[in-house]
Amino acid sequence: MRSRIFDADDLRRAHTRIAHEIVERNHGADDVVLVGLYTRGVAIARRLAEVIEGFEGVQVPVGALDVAFYRDDIALRPVQPLGPTEVPVDVSGRVMVLVDDVLFTGRTIRAALDALTELGRPRAVQLAVLVDRGHRELPIRADFVGKNLPTNEADDVRVRLTETDGPEATDGIELWSPSEARTTDKVEPAPPTGGSA
Amino acid sequence: MKHLLSIADLTRDDIEEMLVLAESFREVTQRDIPKVPALRGKVVVSLFYEDSTRTRISFETAAKRLSCDVMGFSVSSSSVKKGESLRDTVQTIEAMGIDAVVMRHSAAGAPNRVADWIDAHIVNAGDGCHEHPTQALLDLLTLRRHLGAGLDGARIAIVGDILHSRVARSDALAFAALGADVTLVAPPTLLPSTLAGWPVSVSHDLDAVLADLDVIYLLRIQRERQNEALLPSLREYTARYGLTVERAGRLRKDALVMHPGPMNRGVEIAAEVAEGPASVITEQVANGVAVRMAVLYKLLGSGASGVVGPGAVVGASGAHVEGATLG
Repeated sequence: MRSRIFDADDLRRAHTRIAHEIVERNHGADDVVLVGLYTRGVAIARRLAEVIEGFEGVQVPVGALDVAFYRDDIALRPVQPLGPTEVPVDVSGRVMVLVDDVLFTGRTIRAALDALTELGRPRAVQLAVLVDRGHRELPIRADFVGKNLPTNEADDVRVRLTETDGPEATDGIELWSPSEARTTDKVEPAPPTGGSA
Repeated sequence: MKHLLSIADLTRDDIEEMLVLAESFREVTQRDIPKVPALRGKVVVSLFYEDSTRTRISFETAAKRLSCDVMGFSVSSSSVKKGESLRDTVQTIEAMGIDAVVMRHSAAGAPNRVADWIDAHIVNAGDGCHEHPTQALLDLLTLRRHLGAGLDGARIAIVGDILHSRVARSDALAFAALGADVTLVAPPTLLPSTLAGWPVSVSHDLDAVLADLDVIYLLRIQRERQNEALLPSLREYTARYGLTVERAGRLRKDALVMHPGPMNRGVEIAAEVAEGPASVITEQVANGVAVRMAVLYKLLGSGASGVVGPGAVVGASGAHVEGATLG
């Protein structure tokens, strides 16, 4: 069973809000580096950078991070790298905002935190996600969230973006549930961060 | 994939998948800290019954960059000197708890036998005159970076001592698998008596094929072979089959010159050509580490069962995988 959670306009509004929150939280965008996690996180990071440039007039550097070789489930299943790690600036002393599409168990972010230690020592690391679907297995929390979405563990949350899913895809977020599944688990709301999130 | 024993075991898709993986590791090897924790805790043994510098160091570097523990084994300082058999040796090593054996042996097929005897993953690092699959993969990675993803229609000549060359066999199979048009160029005495199963054409005249080539791949003339009376003299060989400066001038402007090393400068290749703009020989060595990382990762990092359908492949962003707990 599929239900549409966000359409293209909702997604655009979420990007706009997250972009503003990032700038507000960091008192500007001068020190910010957006680093997307493959595959969709990279596209989302680019979109956020575009929005920030639109209202703040600052070109925020955008990087891409592949965490495959840092995952803790290598050898439990095939883990394929998804693209080259490319961060165009020295992140030392800057605020690095990790960007991903869906926050679930937190294991991808754990791997990302390991991967980025090899890029330098950011002043701070923050996390922006389009969807927080709950079911965390690690003590990890997002700073900026597009949508808190209660899900069952067996559900599948799919973010669709034209950049990653082809020109015929419509931007949006879908929740796919096995037919018998009921949505019971509630996501804990994220505690307020910096008065904005 | 449990073992990497020969190129002949791989499909075009297998090879291309390995090369894509190697590209990722190429990026890793170019970082300030060229090391990832992907295979932490895995133990790789390098078991070399024949001399080697580049292959052994390349494999050990690859394993260390994946955070494996590496145990070296050299025949000269081991119980092999006391007459221990290959089977006893590998079973002893396996009993210590290892995950993979990277193996070079003078006997063709030795890695296949070892694969029957022990449970660890086996990587063939050269077996007699049979195969040297990782050399072929690193050659493909090098070609791919210059010619694009496919080799369809590329004209490649492999020149030299085909008879004794495991590189020639693995390369011919690998180049042809990706669609290249492979020609073996050698005097009749340095060709196998039959080329059944080789997807190649044959020429005895380098000058006749030179001008059409996209790639010329030179093999080492093994000086020790002179004693077998297969060559009149090294000078004679160079005159007919060596890539001299003069011959290199007749290559197409964008043709590539390759050699697996170690080179006999002035025999199969002139020093000026080996260091010239058409040569990608040092790139081959650099790509060797990335390819061997890909091979070790593919064998050791692909899940305990190793039999997983494409639907279960995990992406690093992880939110779109059926039933998997990722995120």
